[in-house]
Amino acid sequence: MNTKISSRILVGTLALSSLLLTTACNKNTEQSTNKMADKEAAPAPAATPIDPATVATVNGSVKFDGTAPKPSKIDMSQDPACKGSNEAENIVVSGGDLANVFVYVKDGLGNRTFDVPKDPVVLDQSGCKYHPHVLGVMAGQTVQIKNDDQTTHNIHPTPKDNREWNESQPPSSPAIEKNFAREEIMLPVKCNQHPWMKMYVSVVKNPFYAVTDKSGKYEIKGLPPGDYTIAFVHEKLGEQDQKVTVAAKETKTVDQNFKAGGE
Amino acid sequence: MFVACATFVVITAGALVTSNDAGLSVPDWPTSFGYLVKVPHFVGGVRYEWSHRMVAGTLVSLTLAIAIWTLLVEKRRWLRWLAVGAFCTVIAQAILGGLTVLFFQPPAVSTAHATVAQTFFCIAVAIALFTGRKWVEEQPRIEFDQRRPSLTTLTWLSIFVLYVQLILGGMFRHHGMSWWPHVVHAVIVSLVLSWTAVRAISVYSNIEAVRRPAIVMLALLITQLCLGFTAFLTRVAWGRSAVQPELPMVVATVAHVAVGALLLATTVVLAIQVWRHVPAAFEERVPQSQQDVSAA
Repeated sequence: MNTKISSRILVGTLALSSLLLTTACNKNTEQSTNKMADKEAAPAPAATPIDPATVATVNGSVKFDGTAPKPSKIDMSQDPACKGSNEAENIVVSGGDLANVFVYVKDGLGNRTFDVPKDPVVLDQSGCKYHPHVLGVMAGQTVQIKNDDQTTHNIHPTPKDNREWNESQPPSSPAIEKNFAREEIMLPVKCNQHPWMKMYVSVVKNPFYAVTDKSGKYEIKGLPPGDYTIAFVHEKLGEQDQKVTVAAKETKTVDQNFKAGGE
Repeated sequence: MFVACATFVVITAGALVTSNDAGLSVPDWPTSFGYLVKVPHFVGGVRYEWSHRMVAGTLVSLTLAIAIWTLLVEKRRWLRWLAVGAFCTVIAQAILGGLTVLFFQPPAVSTAHATVAQTFFCIAVAIALFTGRKWVEEQPRIEFDQRRPSLTTLTWLSIFVLYVQLILGGMFRHHGMSWWPHVVHAVIVSLVLSWTAVRAISVYSNIEAVRRPAIVMLALLITQLCLGFTAFLTRVAWGRSAVQPELPMVVATVAHVAVGALLLATTVVLAIQVWRHVPAAFEERVPQSQQDVSAA
């Protein structure tokens, strides 16, 4: 082969390989930068008072349009302590009603601040499943994690904006208490010992949130009158927003539909 | 040879850990649930991660033994240094494994852990080759390489593109980047390795030490491409929404990693044998100015 041509092929191969490698490195740098942005949050200012005589309620139901996918069966045979049947909870639909949608006031509260509830929210591990599958919590509020199984779990949140941690919890051990400092919607939590165990924590700055139940229903109470953006977030189907205006003492119904593929 | 085989087992065990998403099932390091060797509740992801740690620990001990034995017995100085280098590499590898646990599997660290593992495997294979009876007793059959690019250049280029492919695959596997750079680069790897193998087989088929690794390299390349395609189907195309690691995906991806390690090691063996048996022609080594002087 001609020396010049072969040299060009060699240089071309090296350049192409290096280019692809640079792509990998750049992508990683971006991710590292995101992790580095995880700084400590400043302490929250005092709560803005709300007149309880004027508060409104937003409620409604969330539907799934079309034929819902059949939930996948989960094989838990790798741990004899994981008893009973288990199914994937990534899309839970019953008669068109969509469960596990996190609904919250995304916008419209301005600079209002809210007290962080003293009571913890509970995340339970039972039957090698997380209960609930989607959990709402205010930033700074305590999450109490219990293990009711006769096996060791490890709780491993994989956040984008909060601190990552990974702790194991043997059977009958005391509850683990944690909190998340920054707002983050649908923060994934998993157990590396039981790879099917996944759930989501949504951390918000205000107390106006709810998770749809098995009948697809939700209710947000105590909302001051005003114009708001209500966000409906599902782990697989994505986010949909609705603008809503509520008057004093009003109860407004805001329904939402999701389609397969997150449309 | 035993250390090389043990390394292959550790690489396969490591691949099982990643494919089963079990890397953080034991949250502490260097201890495992607070103990160095106590067997934990052997279920779920713990089976893979704890076994990987124990086999890797055994490999560190074996490598230390090999390094000490080589320092005491071996007369070739460069080989003594290679054995010491192998021990340093396996220690670095253990530290990278610890960092990947303690820092929750950052893609760059996990990829470095995967890459150094295969580097150590290549070193172990090279030591096995250098200490083998054939290498010591064999009289090299030398044929000068007149073609351009030389086979030596091609084998080094093959090793380079395989390393790039290893890093791209590692970054994808550890969620540091998309799958497409790894798939696109597979085309480059296939072309370069085929070129190298065809050159070695067609021109130097009379040198067994070159012909054999070239044939094995070509066979492994074809196997690896098939496994890569299967891994893509089971993980990216079909397994995207899987709620837990599914057996076909685990088998395909672990086999892809294992055969990848064999392919890299075989390419390194080929490069060593080419360096020994098919050196570049003499003119290539003499700078032009010196050639002019000698001609005058």
